[in-house]
Amino acid sequence: MKNLTVSASPHVRSSETVTGIMLDVIIALVPSLVASVILFGFRSLLVTAVCVASCVVFEFAARKIMKRDVTIGDLSAVVTGLLLAFNLPVSIPLWMCLVGSFFAIVVVKQFFGGIGQNFVNPAIGGRIVMLVSFSSAMTTWTEPLTWRNGVDAATTATPLSILKSFDGAISSDLPSLWQMFLGIRGGCLGEVSALALLIGGFYLLARKVIKPTIPLCFVGTVAVIMLIAGKGDFTFVAYELLSGGLLLGAIFMATDYSTSPITTKGKILFGIGCGVITSVIRLFANLPEGVSYSIILMNILVPHIEALTTPKPFGTVKEKKNKEEAAS
Amino acid sequence: MSKSIGGILKAVREVRGGVFVDHNKGTKDLEAVRITPPEKVVLPMQQHIGAPCVPTVKVGDHVDVGQVVGDSDAFVSSPIHASVSGTVTAVSDVKVASGKMVPAVTIENDGEMTLFAGIEPPHVETQDDLVKAVRASGLVGLGGAGFPTHVKLAFSPDKKIDTLVVNAAECEPYITVDYRECIDNSWDVLGGVYSLAEILNIPHVVIAVEDNKPEAIKVLKAIADKDNDHGDIVKLMTLRSKYPQGAEKMMVQSATGRQVPPGKLPADVGCVVMNVASVAFLSRYLKTGKPLVSRSMTVSGSAIAEPKNVRVPIGIEAAKVIDFCGGFKADPVKIIAGGPMMGTALVDTQVPILKGNNALLAFADGTVVNKKARACIHCGRCADACPMSLIPTNIEKYALRKDAEALIKSGVNVCMECGSCAYSCPAAKPLVQYMRLGKEIVREAGAKK
Repeated sequence: MKNLTVSASPHVRSSETVTGIMLDVIIALVPSLVASVILFGFRSLLVTAVCVASCVVFEFAARKIMKRDVTIGDLSAVVTGLLLAFNLPVSIPLWMCLVGSFFAIVVVKQFFGGIGQNFVNPAIGGRIVMLVSFSSAMTTWTEPLTWRNGVDAATTATPLSILKSFDGAISSDLPSLWQMFLGIRGGCLGEVSALALLIGGFYLLARKVIKPTIPLCFVGTVAVIMLIAGKGDFTFVAYELLSGGLLLGAIFMATDYSTSPITTKGKILFGIGCGVITSVIRLFANLPEGVSYSIILMNILVPHIEALTTPKPFGTVKEKKNKEEAAS
Repeated sequence: MSKSIGGILKAVREVRGGVFVDHNKGTKDLEAVRITPPEKVVLPMQQHIGAPCVPTVKVGDHVDVGQVVGDSDAFVSSPIHASVSGTVTAVSDVKVASGKMVPAVTIENDGEMTLFAGIEPPHVETQDDLVKAVRASGLVGLGGAGFPTHVKLAFSPDKKIDTLVVNAAECEPYITVDYRECIDNSWDVLGGVYSLAEILNIPHVVIAVEDNKPEAIKVLKAIADKDNDHGDIVKLMTLRSKYPQGAEKMMVQSATGRQVPPGKLPADVGCVVMNVASVAFLSRYLKTGKPLVSRSMTVSGSAIAEPKNVRVPIGIEAAKVIDFCGGFKADPVKIIAGGPMMGTALVDTQVPILKGNNALLAFADGTVVNKKARACIHCGRCADACPMSLIPTNIEKYALRKDAEALIKSGVNVCMECGSCAYSCPAAKPLVQYMRLGKEIVREAGAKK
């Protein structure tokens, strides 16, 4: 008999792995990548490739320099690269992508210990640094579907900046809701197509990678607040929900494991918090969009939310009820 | 009381969390076969939770089957009986499945299997009689935990016990001995149930079986429905096939909706929970007085040539049991005493089978998944799987920084080490190990105070 393995129970494990989960997220992002190529041309593929490749390289290098085991095999750097790219306009200069990747992977993720240890979402961290550093390049939006014409792509405004001046009537400058749903509007390359994002979202739900709690609370809160702000105008609410990075953020970024609460009550609070902050920024701040800021602010609160919502261990809640039952 | 469908109850309250583990109950159609008695048996003096026994025999003594070879003055303990007749050849420390060295009595079998002359059916009328008799029988929980049964039955008279829960859930994969007990010894099961209910004056009995064992439910229900049950006290209950349905606290919750508070026993919420094989044994014991000297166990796993259910004398060497099942058909990489979720991995097979061992499983390469442990990604699957509403990943962190206060607050002592958290962890963290470490830190901190 060979040497037997002696280890603590349990001796069987589920087949789920970290790599498998990350692969599912990557698969779920593919529809949006395809949509971005259709809408903004092959440059979106180039931007994505640069972000993904640089994230993986930075992760590899950071782990090597810090003399830790190399973790690129878990595919989490690929996910970060994809999400970062999806938060950028298609016209972004490629060297700026490297800055974003560096900040996301090295500063936000690896400085804090790598996968699972970062307290804010790496892709959002990278995007916000790029937004404040390169504000003009980060807010130059390309008119969708114009890339085929071969000429320099026309720039456009995003629906959100048009909505900003909402005064009770929907502006005629806005694309139709149908166009908004398909993604024929200005915006970051992975955020525009609600259809593609929803396909990915349902895939993640079906694979039980994410739970619906955070996306529903997030989007639901924005809907309720916008309904009040728009004085009951449902068209306005629909535009708000389909605009900006709300769906990308709610489905893919706010549900990031490391930076969202484990507890169900915590997930509800987290989702509502994201929704409130997003709405407040959209309605009252100078910025057109608030999804990234809302998620990053709520990320910081996660330890407190979890501490507040930790469930009572088995048998400690019902003590009183037990006594009552025994007495009766 | 709970909803009843076709006379069969459903859980009053569903178990939270849990995991769906492949059942692998390939031995379920195999009635337990008696093994050839071995040349020698080794009887460790600690086969139960509580005080260890002290050998009451010395080298050279002749003993018969059922004769006491070890006992203790402590109440929470259980005597050990000779499982073969023959000569005591050694009273010395031996290695047991957990890897510990434990004093043990070794008996060389004379091949006669002579029954001890002092054996006679116990005279049982009151609860006190029953507790004394059960203690003398050496019965401990046959489901694996090895808690002395008489301690469960010795609840104080001011505690009103309204429900006896018979645990036939058998939620651990591979193991089918409780199922076979329901099918092959169903009259013993029901007999034990009626005796217990009568002596202890318990008005309700719930026999709980997972819904992947419809045969067992049918057989038991047929007997319970006959004229035997005048007061209509016995009810069958099906539980979803979900691990860890069969844990004691889960059984109480399913049958009555009550939760046993931390550090308390089912009796504190009006319940007595007994494993089905223990109940069946008790029934036979009350009739014959023959103490616990043998038990059934499932021998299975990808490395076992002929998986079987085997009736073995307590103290037989594990290797002999495996040989009886055709030996290994492939090189084993892991051998487990007990189920794959909560059993103990063996260092080698030269260890004696104990009263609590309900299975012996041997796995070849490929069947026991050995995922590489990675960093926690805070996915929350462990917290979702925990039937006790704990957050295992947090407990791991507190244990690693030796934070006794945070550990106590986290409820680590409520953990029953069912392994659902570690099973579902995609990062393959050995979470049960951290739970044990956490409990140890809490114990040490308590000792210092």
